Amino acid sequence: MEDAFGHPQSVVVLGGSSEIARAITKRLCAARTRTVVLAGRNAALLSDAADEARAYGATKVEHVLFDAEEPHRAGATVREAFEKVDDPVDLVIIAVGQLGTQSGGEDSDAVAQLITVNFTWPSAALAEARRLLIAQGFGRILVISSFAAVRSRGGAYLYSGAKAGLDRVCVGLAQSLEGTGVKLQILRPGVVRTKMSRGLREPPFTTGTNDVAEIVMRALGTDDVVIWSPPILRYVAVLISHLPTALWRRIGARDE
Amino acid sequence: MSEVLVGWGGRLPATSTMRAPQCEDDVIRELASGEAMIARGLGRSYGDAAQLSGGAVLSNRGLSHIGPITDGVVTVGAGTSIDELLTHTLPEGWFIPVTPGTRQVTIGGAVAADVHGKNHHRDGSFANHVRSMRLVTPEGTLRVSPDDEPELFWATMGAMGLTGVVTSVELALARVETNQMVVDTDRFHDLASVMAEMRARDDNYHYSVAWVDCMRAGATMGRSILTRGRHATTDDVERSSLTPPGPSRLSIPFRAPSLALNAWSIRAFNEFWYRRSPEHEVEALVPIGAFFHPLDGLSNWNRLYGRRGFVQYQFCVPEQHGEAISHVIERLSESRVASFLAVLKRFGRANPAPLSFPLEGWTLALDLPVGAANLPALLDEFDTVVANANGRVYFAKDARLRREYVPMMYPRLDEFLRVKHRVDPRHQLTSDLARRLGLVSG
Repeated sequence: MEDAFGHPQSVVVLGGSSEIARAITKRLCAARTRTVVLAGRNAALLSDAADEARAYGATKVEHVLFDAEEPHRAGATVREAFEKVDDPVDLVIIAVGQLGTQSGGEDSDAVAQLITVNFTWPSAALAEARRLLIAQGFGRILVISSFAAVRSRGGAYLYSGAKAGLDRVCVGLAQSLEGTGVKLQILRPGVVRTKMSRGLREPPFTTGTNDVAEIVMRALGTDDVVIWSPPILRYVAVLISHLPTALWRRIGARDE
Repeated sequence: MSEVLVGWGGRLPATSTMRAPQCEDDVIRELASGEAMIARGLGRSYGDAAQLSGGAVLSNRGLSHIGPITDGVVTVGAGTSIDELLTHTLPEGWFIPVTPGTRQVTIGGAVAADVHGKNHHRDGSFANHVRSMRLVTPEGTLRVSPDDEPELFWATMGAMGLTGVVTSVELALARVETNQMVVDTDRFHDLASVMAEMRARDDNYHYSVAWVDCMRAGATMGRSILTRGRHATTDDVERSSLTPPGPSRLSIPFRAPSLALNAWSIRAFNEFWYRRSPEHEVEALVPIGAFFHPLDGLSNWNRLYGRRGFVQYQFCVPEQHGEAISHVIERLSESRVASFLAVLKRFGRANPAPLSFPLEGWTLALDLPVGAANLPALLDEFDTVVANANGRVYFAKDARLRREYVPMMYPRLDEFLRVKHRVDPRHQLTSDLARRLGLVSG
């Protein structure tokens, strides 16, 4: 069960080796989390993440392997993760995503793959997590979206478009959960220093994974549907959603 | 019918299916369904004790009969509130032997939390005055008392409803002559002096409690107002009356903005409260309601804390670890976490119940608005202080205790779990609190 500050005792992390997810999981284990099921593609990375979770206080850590390019198996993956918790699940984190190389908008296979990993698989997984948590009567879902979902930018339009799709699904899903006892929160981090962002120019409001985790730990105790990290991005988002296209494109071009 | 329930602190909403049994047979039928459930009274426990997310919650309010008083003993339905009981008994000169800070708790809830009052050092907790009760368990319905099924009787006291549903209680009342109290009030400029005075002279008083300002630092850290009193006799008053306390006159109609209670406004309130109290006053006459239940004058006062709500942290430590009290107040004051006037009291001897909260020594209750970033870690730190001092945290107030501490704070937990397993082998009676703290396994 969650405590009064929204800190869970059992957690399923889909995309468990993602650096943001690992930072959050560490903090959760340092608080109240004792059971963690990590799901991901890379067994070695999951094993590192599992060691970390144990070091921070988890007493039971399991893992599930899956491939986010197989959305038809997303439901089965979520079910397997829930079964491994073998207790009620307090929190499901969906941290599946890939920035992609972004070079070839013309390569249809690459486009399909990027959209699948960032949008289709997480959406399918969400549907199953929603069903299982409603049956349980309580629980929380945290979806790692992105600040890039706010407005599509020239260079990263595929990633940004896929995240925007997922984000929109989540906004609707959060509404659909009212009265069920299940909550959904959408995390929209700005650029976070991770492997995925290495080599990119650091735009303003870039933070580290631990900063994001800190903000999540506080937000879990609130009713906020959207969590901005850093919080100032809430206002930046309002601003850039209203920028004229010409100006927005110039800012986008400068970043490339 | 599905309903969202919260504890008095306004945190941890739970969606549960409500059931409203009107008699013991209804309760037996509900339990026969085999569905997971917990009983609930007036929802005054602060955390998640009287709710079950995704399960059934049994309101005890339909079980509200009050029998005649015979030789000071009354048999009362578990869903009767202390307020309702007093309306019936006070005109006949009988008072509730132990009352918490509000009359708005049911008798079933008082058993579940084994509530204590300002007279614990003299009279013990609620359980000490229960002659017997009827308990519906998944394995059958029975009468339990200190002589019949004593193990189950005591295991039920303070067990937050996890051994069964109490349907009626045979309670020994206390004789009073008037509805007034004779009260002495003293202000103390720091914590050490109030604690010394309580150690030295609390035993001379029937009732005693101190309000502590936890937002002062330095020389005035823990400045306090100590009020102590006894029931007024007909000789103490000019016109004797036994009219019960009236309903609250003021109400908070909606949740205040979360920022309304912040460090500044709470500091100002604490200052006001301290200054309005007399430095030293002897034998003032105070109505029973104002003395025992000052917050009942303002119904829904918890809404002052806004949407974010608050947590209450109440712990007790044995006499020889009184320093834990000053340590906690000092850390709270240093950390600048907002905290309303805290309640400090001395406990007398513990009773035989394995999960009853009071231990002989000291207890401190803190009201803390949720929102400060350092609050969760600070309370975790307090848990360590309390556990190391062989103390414990009160389940009726809790919404965040680290479960690893439960067996340390309640060393007779296993004894309780054995009884629980005997009367509820499938762990049908459970709650969010029980699942969170591991009170249903074993």
